[in-house]
Amino acid sequence: MSDKHMSTQFDAELAGISGRVLEMGGLVESQVSRAVKALTDFNGEMADDVLAQEDRVNQLEVEIDRDLSAIIARRQPTARDLRLLIAVSKTIANLERVGDEAARIARTVQRLINTGVSTRLRLPVADLGFEAELAIAQLRKALDAFARLDTARALEVLKQDDQIDQEFDGLMRKLITYMMEDPRTISSSIDLVFVAKAIERVGDHGKNLAEAIIYVVKGTDVRHSSLADVENVVR
Amino acid sequence: MDTKVDTAAGEKIKIQVKDLNFYYGKFHALKHINLEIPERKVTAFIGPSGCGKSTLLRTFNRMFELYPEQRAEGQILVDGQDVLTTKTDVSLIRAKIGMVFQKPTPFPMSIYDNIAFGVRLFETLPRVEMDERVEWALKKAALWNEVKDKLQQSGSSLSGGQQQRLCIARGIAIKPEVLLLDEPCSALDPISTGKIEELIHELKADYTVMIVTHNMQQAARCSDYTAYMYLGDLVEFGPTSELFMKPKKKDTEDYITGRFG
Repeated sequence: MSDKHMSTQFDAELAGISGRVLEMGGLVESQVSRAVKALTDFNGEMADDVLAQEDRVNQLEVEIDRDLSAIIARRQPTARDLRLLIAVSKTIANLERVGDEAARIARTVQRLINTGVSTRLRLPVADLGFEAELAIAQLRKALDAFARLDTARALEVLKQDDQIDQEFDGLMRKLITYMMEDPRTISSSIDLVFVAKAIERVGDHGKNLAEAIIYVVKGTDVRHSSLADVENVVR
Repeated sequence: MDTKVDTAAGEKIKIQVKDLNFYYGKFHALKHINLEIPERKVTAFIGPSGCGKSTLLRTFNRMFELYPEQRAEGQILVDGQDVLTTKTDVSLIRAKIGMVFQKPTPFPMSIYDNIAFGVRLFETLPRVEMDERVEWALKKAALWNEVKDKLQQSGSSLSGGQQQRLCIARGIAIKPEVLLLDEPCSALDPISTGKIEELIHELKADYTVMIVTHNMQQAARCSDYTAYMYLGDLVEFGPTSELFMKPKKKDTEDYITGRFG
């Protein structure tokens, strides 16, 4: 936030909440990154680590929601402050779901390893790695935009959302081809379809974050708006 | 600073303020105020001390005329008639536009006579009708049940919150069209304040209400429209929910979010 309140305590509370959101964002970003690496390397230990951290993600969501409720009760925020807190509440819900997607990917890795897939079949896990890079980059950009309440950067996230969808479509086609060529790959290919979908949803959550940032700064809810309309709002 | 007229879109307008300037001697206290007050809505005036909100309120019923050094220039049109220049007796204007002050001011007479006094100035009612009018006013002000068995007791025997409701009843009894409330709850405890806020919500069904308050949350709770003033200027005017969620001016946002200072 650029301007200071008369109450330094209020400033400190808002800064505290924003900091916690970024902490949660960094954690889930790392979770997705490591879950996908666990998949591309078929690394069971890394997958176990990701699942062990899942509780911390959920705990952060609960703690931040509790803190922001307290601020709303005590400070009766208005205008931009109120919009920020509403956006924080939505943002942490989105981040928690990113955490869920990472956990889902990690569980898939465990399953694939347990059924011996890693050694018997060659699956296009590298392509998933690329889709994940795009999604994680979106998330990182959205978190960066949140830290600086930068609507231009948020708009970039919205514009690039299509790329991930296209990657996902490409992956689907590839996996279908695999399944047609070798029916033994069907079970694990379907697992990878779900992983690809999970990664695509990470990108969607990044998009939701970007929309929340625009709401905070501009006061306009751009969810379900066309890109052209959003550009008008941000300008 | 000139402000263009901020119209309450789609609302029927009760009072139009046109280029109003107000002076305390040489001091320019209200500067080119342009404003439209919607009918049968609650309009709140907020702003820091000295911004001119009470001054503005007191122009509507020409209370400033009690003091020789104070003068108003411009127009205040109530239903199209300019109250500042009209030849109409100012008492009749004040009957149409009633006022309640920060400190409750019951007359030194019985509760009954507090209400009846004002009515008697304008109407000659037989006893039965006067009784009905007093009861009606006290019911409207949500005070009847508390005082119906002691109407002959002195108005000063009531609690602060009750006295304030008595003053509101007194104002309503003469059937005004507009009610001006100048920080009506500042001297009251939270429960009395709550009762008066509930009352304001009911009153707007019948009256155009304007309230000056230094309590922003009260303005946010009670009003349909809010005007933010600063140093004699009208900075922003609009629907309360919009002004408190997404104010148009940074100055307004700074004030309502507590960045003012």
